Amino acid sequence: MSGAEGRRGALIATLSTVVFFTALALLITHAPGWPEVQKTFFDWGQFKDSLPDIARAFLLNVKIFLIAEAFILVLALLLAVVRSLPGPAALPLRILGIAYADFFRGVPTILVIAMLGFGAPALQLKGVPLSTTFWGIVALVLVYTAYVSEVYRAGIESVHPSQDAAARSLGLTHWQSLRTVVLPQAVRRVIPPLLNDFIGLQKDTALVGFLGSVEAFKQSQIDAAATFNYTSYVAAALLFVALTVPLARFTDWLVLRDRRRRQAAGS
Amino acid sequence: MRRSLALVFVLALAGCGGSSSSSSQGTTSGHPCAQGSLPLVNAGQLTVGTDNPAFPPWFGGAPKSPWKVSNPASGQGFESAVAYAVADKLGFVESDVKWIVVPFNTSFAPGPKKFDFDINEISYTPARAKVVDFSDSYYNVDQAVVARRGTKIATAQSTADLQQYKLGAQIGTTSYTYITEFIKPSKQPAVFDTNDAAVAALKNGQIDGLVVDLPTAFYVTAAQVPNSKIVGQFPTSDAGERFGMVFQKGNKLVGCVNHALNQMKADGTLQKIQDKWLAKVGGAPILH
Repeated sequence: MSGAEGRRGALIATLSTVVFFTALALLITHAPGWPEVQKTFFDWGQFKDSLPDIARAFLLNVKIFLIAEAFILVLALLLAVVRSLPGPAALPLRILGIAYADFFRGVPTILVIAMLGFGAPALQLKGVPLSTTFWGIVALVLVYTAYVSEVYRAGIESVHPSQDAAARSLGLTHWQSLRTVVLPQAVRRVIPPLLNDFIGLQKDTALVGFLGSVEAFKQSQIDAAATFNYTSYVAAALLFVALTVPLARFTDWLVLRDRRRRQAAGS
Repeated sequence: MRRSLALVFVLALAGCGGSSSSSSQGTTSGHPCAQGSLPLVNAGQLTVGTDNPAFPPWFGGAPKSPWKVSNPASGQGFESAVAYAVADKLGFVESDVKWIVVPFNTSFAPGPKKFDFDINEISYTPARAKVVDFSDSYYNVDQAVVARRGTKIATAQSTADLQQYKLGAQIGTTSYTYITEFIKPSKQPAVFDTNDAAVAALKNGQIDGLVVDLPTAFYVTAAQVPNSKIVGQFPTSDAGERFGMVFQKGNKLVGCVNHALNQMKADGTLQKIQDKWLAKVGGAPILH
């Protein structure tokens, strides 16, 4: 492609983008009912009033996300390894692993949160924490461990069996082969889908609000319930998006880099 | 009080097309409040909304599907009895009244409604009145705080004593507003989607105190949370808090329901219903 052609392409792309989005903006803002939509969802005064409280509550979402993620990464890997254990003696462990993944992927997250968050403290047992945030995190860890273990497992199975066989023929044990040969390749391959699950986890931190913890969504609900204006929901949505979009772009970039590397290796 | 009641009465009559004050006017045909000319969601029947489960003392009777805990169609319990008394004044027979489940927070949200009116311990607030219409008061209510016996909060004497504790309430309620605007606790209050969830949290010890209206507080301590007590009720605010039936904004039925309520106030029906179903709601120590 010559320089002139490239410049022409960039010009057309810019022009078509500007024309398209201007037309779209005009179409939306001149549609009947737009003033009502604007008043209900995009009220600047409401936005300014509600944002500080919602942003403060959003810190709880971030905290829940960070704590849960650390546990999920470790526990899910453990579960994936258990499910790929070889030999007939390990069958009960494999069955347990499959049952766990099936159960927690099948049950709605909000149900697990309600069951643990209200149910576990109701036992009134000594030493059982009462904190709703604690139980919210436990529920998210249980559910997402099931999802993420599947991602890890896909990665482990994508490593060709000859790799393991070669390692074993060199005298490595199953564990040594897993740790030094299989897992490093497996984990690298599944980083994009792993990050994808974490985007899901970030959003699902809002479900913990069901237990009474005031996180960003709950705070925006409180504002909306008091004013019947739904701008606070938009404010909370923006905060969530502000956190997930960078992660989504980072994931895209990783996928692209991986593809380029493999293409380079293949040529 | 007497004068403001009379004023409300006159206004209600004006809303009804300025009829005479005769109490049997409700069923006369041609009258704007005649049963045949009422603007109804479903012709020939009065569709009334409330949340499920419907709790005593507001609703009574044995639970009947889909209703849990009690049955609004039983005519038992304060709000059920009020709804049937209003229906009667409007010229409906008991079988014309149909109950539908409407979650508390959607009952007074803006938009079209599937009910003629909703009766669900909904307090009048100016913000709510902008998006739905309220009937006149059928009950003047106070807020109270409930705690488990033996906990520190249970000995609180004043509103200031409550500030150090973890309080909870249902989202979008005047109880919640009471926490944030009057008690102003130092700990972030817990906010629940339903009052049932808030009661569960109190039972579990996840919150120290639950703020609810006084009659509900009596039910919570009597039936829902064993070993709990009403720490106290809050002093009635200057404006007073009152329950009203909720109507879709602009619904002309509200004038006729107010007419019926005024008849019930004048002939003692409302007081009788209150004496019957809310008799156990005595006073509680007032937290200043």
